[in-house]
Amino acid sequence: MLFNEPSPLETRVLTRRFGTPDSASIDTYLKDDGYQAFLKASKMKPEEIIEEVKTSNLRGRGGAGFPTGMKWSFVPRTSPKPKYIVVNGDESEPGTCKDRVLIENDPHQLIEGVLIAGLAVDAHAGYIYIRGEYRYLIEVMEKAIAEAYEKGWLGKNIQGTGFDFDLYAHSGAGAYECGEESALLESLEGKRGIPRIRPPFPAVVGAFQCPTVLNNVETFFAVPSIIRDGGAAFAALGVPKAGGTKMTCLTGHVNRPGVYELKLGFPVKQMIEEVGGGIWKGRKLKAFIPGGSSCPVLTAEEVEGATMDYDSMAGRKTMLGSGGVIIIDDHTCMVKAALRIMRFYAHESCGWCIPCREGTTWLRKILTRFHAGDGTRQDINLVGDIAKNMLGRTFCPLGDAAAMPTISIVEKFRHEFEDHLNGKPCPYEQQGSLVGV
Amino acid sequence: MTFSPALEERFAKLLKSYPPGRQRSALVPMLLYAQDEVGSITDELIDEIATRIGITALQVTEVMSYYSMLHRTPMGKYHVQVCTNISCLLHDGDKLYEHACRKLGIGHKEVTADGQISLEEVECMGACSWAPAIQVNYDFHHKVTPEQLDGIIDGLRKKQ
Repeated sequence: MLFNEPSPLETRVLTRRFGTPDSASIDTYLKDDGYQAFLKASKMKPEEIIEEVKTSNLRGRGGAGFPTGMKWSFVPRTSPKPKYIVVNGDESEPGTCKDRVLIENDPHQLIEGVLIAGLAVDAHAGYIYIRGEYRYLIEVMEKAIAEAYEKGWLGKNIQGTGFDFDLYAHSGAGAYECGEESALLESLEGKRGIPRIRPPFPAVVGAFQCPTVLNNVETFFAVPSIIRDGGAAFAALGVPKAGGTKMTCLTGHVNRPGVYELKLGFPVKQMIEEVGGGIWKGRKLKAFIPGGSSCPVLTAEEVEGATMDYDSMAGRKTMLGSGGVIIIDDHTCMVKAALRIMRFYAHESCGWCIPCREGTTWLRKILTRFHAGDGTRQDINLVGDIAKNMLGRTFCPLGDAAAMPTISIVEKFRHEFEDHLNGKPCPYEQQGSLVGV
Repeated sequence: MTFSPALEERFAKLLKSYPPGRQRSALVPMLLYAQDEVGSITDELIDEIATRIGITALQVTEVMSYYSMLHRTPMGKYHVQVCTNISCLLHDGDKLYEHACRKLGIGHKEVTADGQISLEEVECMGACSWAPAIQVNYDFHHKVTPEQLDGIIDGLRKKQ
């Protein structure tokens, strides 16, 4: 089901079947030309599949934005080891709720994307890792997988193509860090999700120490349309160097929050005003986070002229990220926002790397004190300094994810920190305390 | 230790889902599914799963302590989880959590005296566009007002 009304400004590629009655069933999927892209790909050479994905300019939709075709080409196809396809459905980046909608409404499109990746790299087994909180999606996925086996779209000699593929749904049990690819692979092997040092990258040493293609749910969702309509058509939907659409989660202070499929390069102002219905309660925009809470924050001025794509955001020293857009109005305390974001990263840090473990914990303590009105002027610089000393000093990006928004909030909203220096709780709201701190 | 036939079936399927010699991969899902049935990760459960997978109880304990959904002490029959992470916070998720504390008379990871309802302030659960969100066990509730939360909790009390 859909949790929000669609917008006429959407471009429906991944979500083209949304709204179809019983869209998750294999019968309706097959009726809508489902699995035809797999059949087409089964007649192509593996290199041709990868070339088509490269032409599409599809970039990883989990947050990092690495070119997908290139990632697939790193898999040593001739290796005697088995190869695996792993789907990252651990969606945990605060602000992000798109993979949930995709899997719930069209699980067979994900299976088809995985099968095509399997053809491309000669993999014959795959795992869909879904965060534990999404239990109902495990059921949706298991039902879809069972249907696909029953109708001969999974298993041995799929539809007479000679291609075998087995697919499994795998549940996590609550860990943000497992969204990071190497931590996810550890978790899939029944261990703590401690990140691995790289290289070697998962393309060479991944699941079960074998070559592995690991992509986000949304990335696999894009693959059937790329094969069906051609990479060039997908590329043309986006901007140079980044093709297609992006599942975009509008969250926070807009009138119509929701998950929308928008072309890459969609203007931010238009997205807020026309897709999201503008800032709620007639207020003004104060801050904008483009793709999950780990991205550096933009001010209202910086959003002018920005578009939702990798380069536009990189030009503003932030990231497109996961598509979890967080829109913050002018009545919000940015110290409180920074504190809540830091509480999350401190909670999720696994403790493996000291700069992350200690940095997030100290930042949480300092920001808690600060928001309560007990901060000092030196604390403002201290927050920035601790965060900067975490950058690039950890195995996985969790340390960076905690540091980046913090640095940007201190730099861009320093006056709000100074406003907390009067020895009283937060001046921006009557109830100044944050629960549970 | 014995489990329901449905859980035994799930375990058997899980143990066949991974490459030969990689049965340990089933550990995290097995723990979560078992917890749903047993109520918490007990010492007996740890020993049982360790035996079935062929690892030590210490290895199981080491892994389980990493995952926030796995817990050693029982939660209520109905586990109410309120998200206060950033997107929910912007829709007063923190105030909703405080309201839930008052309504139930318990705090973070506490259980009501009758053992029926427990409360947890949780991190992002992936319902950010429909904030503030809560989960009761695995069921999502979106755009929850304090009044709706009262209604949900009253409904749970009646179900007991």
